Amino acid sequence: MAAAPADIDALIALMARLPGLGPRSARRAVLHLVKRRSTLLLPLAEAMQDVARTARDCVLCGNLGTEDLCAICTDDRRRTGQICVVEDVEDLWAMERSGAFRGRYHVLGGTLSALRQIGPDELRLPLLESRLGPEGVTEVILALGATVDGQTTAHYIADRLSGRGVSVTTLAQGVPVGGELDYLDEGTIGAALRARRAV
Amino acid sequence: MSGARLSTLALSDFRSHARARLELGRGTVAIWGANGAGKTNLLEAVSFLSPGRGLRGATAAEVARRGGSGGWRIAALFQTPEAVREVETGALPGEPRSVRLDGKAAIQTDLAHLVPVLWVVPAMDRLWTEGAEGRRRFLDRAAMSLIPDHAEAALAYDKALRERNRLLREGARDPHWYAALEARMASAGARLAENRATTLTALAAAQDRAETGFPAADLAIVYPEGAAPDTEAALAAALEGGRRADMAAGRTLTGPHRADLEAVWAAKGVPARDCSTGEQKALLLSLVLANARALAARGRPPLLLLDEVAAHLDAHRRAALYAELDALGLQAFLTGTEPGLFAGLGASVQCWEATEAGGVTTLAETAAP
Repeated sequence: MAAAPADIDALIALMARLPGLGPRSARRAVLHLVKRRSTLLLPLAEAMQDVARTARDCVLCGNLGTEDLCAICTDDRRRTGQICVVEDVEDLWAMERSGAFRGRYHVLGGTLSALRQIGPDELRLPLLESRLGPEGVTEVILALGATVDGQTTAHYIADRLSGRGVSVTTLAQGVPVGGELDYLDEGTIGAALRARRAV
Repeated sequence: MSGARLSTLALSDFRSHARARLELGRGTVAIWGANGAGKTNLLEAVSFLSPGRGLRGATAAEVARRGGSGGWRIAALFQTPEAVREVETGALPGEPRSVRLDGKAAIQTDLAHLVPVLWVVPAMDRLWTEGAEGRRRFLDRAAMSLIPDHAEAALAYDKALRERNRLLREGARDPHWYAALEARMASAGARLAENRATTLTALAAAQDRAETGFPAADLAIVYPEGAAPDTEAALAAALEGGRRADMAAGRTLTGPHRADLEAVWAAKGVPARDCSTGEQKALLLSLVLANARALAARGRPPLLLLDEVAAHLDAHRRAALYAELDALGLQAFLTGTEPGLFAGLGASVQCWEATEAGGVTTLAETAAP
């Protein structure tokens, strides 16, 4: 069987490096694009070029934006004294979608791991500390994953910020909204029970 | 019998099995054949229906058939009182093992909740005389069978331990980082210690209750440094207090990863390591049977894999083993070189003969001996 032309093969190889795509799905996606060159491939290429040119990390919180400071960090109404610490930009976006949080963020860019050579400096933690005073921070909310690395990182930050005059809190773990107990694993039910409150 | 029963087992490119499919009844499964015919490989496939690296401690790449595609697959159906459960595990070439439960992607520790798998293999003959690691693994496997969450606690502890050991080796001095890891270790480690203690109690009770031809063992968890901290607070304090010594050693010197399982032949008062080879094997089998009994009493009878066990027992103990398997009503997989070894298993035994040609195993169902 004749293979695809070299250019298209190269594109498939690049697409296959995207999360959620393997060689097979990358081939399908590229074929789909190439068949729709004017309606999809060119607009996509232009949009990607635009984003590649304009996208940058916010120098303060690590969010993605098009300026040195992102829209959240330049919005004074979000200077509430609360900073929500998240592992990655996608977590920030998830928090924003909820509309429940009106403060600012700090994106770590990962979790602590000696084995993967990711230390506090790689996680933009000195920058977090430097934000506390100037931004009038009173509460740091740790919204990290319930994994060993996530919990270690949360503990680390709480320990490091103790005595800095800010309260450090973490998200609750327990029964999801609209969830049924029967579908929960034992660990989640245990966590929910420990975090019970008066009604 | 309550619990889950393995009713279908299908292998593709697993060790010497290019393709095999077994439909299983309620009784014991006996596989016989010459050395190297692929009998143990079949038991190993069953052991991969539990979390971890199976009864040989093998990686995903190691179990792929030589001369095959490089990938492998095991598919199994379990009959439970509520439903038929589908388990599929395998690996694509160069990739880690994946698990699917009822057609959906799952993680290995989910398997611990479905059915416990216990085994006795010839490599365990030296369990009582070799290093503590093997006995600790044996204890943890028993704990995992009785307390499925034990696997998660063990993984969490091990992950934090490896992270801390790396910091120690690199001479890192950030006290917050140590404190964060030690908090994880203390929390998971206290659960490990508690689960292990619960397991020992359950094994002792199962031995006390049993009418069996196998010797009872007095069991204890011991540590090289004597007593060890086993509560969360005590473990956290010990880890914090031990940082300097640990850094000098380049590893963590205290905690549940240092535990050892000590067994004493109860009737004689002789430590297992000083017993004869045959007695050591009998003690090991006795503990695995006690574990199976404890599980059966909880409504979760295990799959029991006994590799080359029958041949090493005298006729009296072999009869006791078969009587015990019959009384427990659990699914056991036995291997041996001669069909005659399985003569005492009764009419419900299912027999397969394994033969090997060109590195590939063929299984043929034969009449019960």
